[in-house]
Amino acid sequence: MNGIPETFFGWVSLIFSEYGDMFIKGMWSTLFIAALGTIFGCVIGFLVGIIQSTPIESGSSLMLKGVIRLTKLMVSIYVEIFRGTPMMVQAMVIYYGSMQVFGWNIIPIYAGVLILSLNTGAYMAESVRGGIVSIDPGQTEGAKAMGMTHVQTMLYVILPQAFRNLIPQIGNGFVSAIKDTSVLNVISVTELYFMGRTACGTYFRYFEVFFIISMIYLILTFISSRLLILLEKKLDGESDYELIAEDEIGAV
Amino acid sequence: MEQNMMKYDETILSVEHLGKSFGKNEVLKDIDFSVRKGEVISIIGASGSGKSTLLRCINMLETPSSGNVLYHGEPVKNTPRDVVAYRSNVGMVFQSFNLFANMKVLKNCMIGVQKVNKKHEAEAKALALKFLKKVGMGAYLNARPHQLSGGQKQRVAIARALAMEPDLLLFDEPTSALDPEMVGEVLEVIKQLANEGLTMVVVTHEMAFARDVSTRVVFMDKGIIEEEGTPDVIFNHPQSERTKAFLNRFMNQ
Repeated sequence: MNGIPETFFGWVSLIFSEYGDMFIKGMWSTLFIAALGTIFGCVIGFLVGIIQSTPIESGSSLMLKGVIRLTKLMVSIYVEIFRGTPMMVQAMVIYYGSMQVFGWNIIPIYAGVLILSLNTGAYMAESVRGGIVSIDPGQTEGAKAMGMTHVQTMLYVILPQAFRNLIPQIGNGFVSAIKDTSVLNVISVTELYFMGRTACGTYFRYFEVFFIISMIYLILTFISSRLLILLEKKLDGESDYELIAEDEIGAV
Repeated sequence: MEQNMMKYDETILSVEHLGKSFGKNEVLKDIDFSVRKGEVISIIGASGSGKSTLLRCINMLETPSSGNVLYHGEPVKNTPRDVVAYRSNVGMVFQSFNLFANMKVLKNCMIGVQKVNKKHEAEAKALALKFLKKVGMGAYLNARPHQLSGGQKQRVAIARALAMEPDLLLFDEPTSALDPEMVGEVLEVIKQLANEGLTMVVVTHEMAFARDVSTRVVFMDKGIIEEEGTPDVIFNHPQSERTKAFLNRFMNQ
């Protein structure tokens, strides 16, 4: 070591050389939680959104109507709770609550994934419902008129389109998730922000440390949003089509 | 035309005392109506006379407020299972085409055959190709709906309905959303199907089509069937004053 640095960038490079490995480890934790949380969150969001947009058909049995109503009520309570409280508070309640009430000692990083998933799911649900409703009702009628059931209509016609329309939203969710993982430091998840706090302990250079941390966050979010735009383009497929000559039609 | 000589003795579908209200607004009042095999029925009438609602009730897209829909003499029960089974036999072509935006033309025509009629992919494809060729859209198998013109979309929608091999095909103002130059190509296809003996009910504003192609014309006014008969009776010798007034207005436009 060459003594105490005098400039800002001197400190930045010193801190990075000493704590770089730790920051990279924190970065991987952050990515791990954000990725899994977004994936599970989407699954939850789609399930909840599908449940919320299920019509109660007039001809269904009373039993089925009851089950649908009850499920709808339960998922809307879930959405209200997770949208209506801060994620940091949810982390405390779930992590310490499960420890105190059930005696579970969840590994913090898994608790983090669980909390982020539940949170993302609650936000996603509303977007999914919106995505389903936004598909031209004519297509639902077209499917119904040819005898498709509600489930078939959703599976083959509505959800593929809703999913396509939701990709920007999912991308946004992932970018938010990368940043939101920072609140999980309250339950000692060793993600990027937590590593930053730890690194401050030696030199008390908060500015330099969190300058590095913010750069890492920025790189992560920048790369992910570019990748998502590429994915979106790929999913849209080619914009041209080939006409097929009359004598080739049968052979396609 | 030869088929006009045919006897239509097999009733495919009938509605009895059908009523439909949206809130306090009574759109259909005590309608009795039936469709026999081989008939080409045009339903005409002013906007708001209930003709589209009647068609939608026939296909159970609207639940009738009263009365019954009978398919081959059996009432169609309003349970999801019965309605689904019934609809697979009664095709429908809409004003706004309603093609599936996420599927190419070929897949649009295959999906129902595969998933509703439970046929294998190869068979579904053969049916889809047969009917796409018939409507002159064979070259566009790989196009997506948004890449087609209105007339092309409607022809694909007709092929999609035909691929289900329905007993009866319902057309809900099939040319109303089309530019004038595309109306002809779609009417040509419907005319050809009529000449081949397909049973159909067409809600339309195309009076020439109703007069030349139908075997029976139904005139609806204010939620009731005001008058029905052969095209000759309705267009040349209408009995009801309302029919006369409607046709006068229409012909003078």
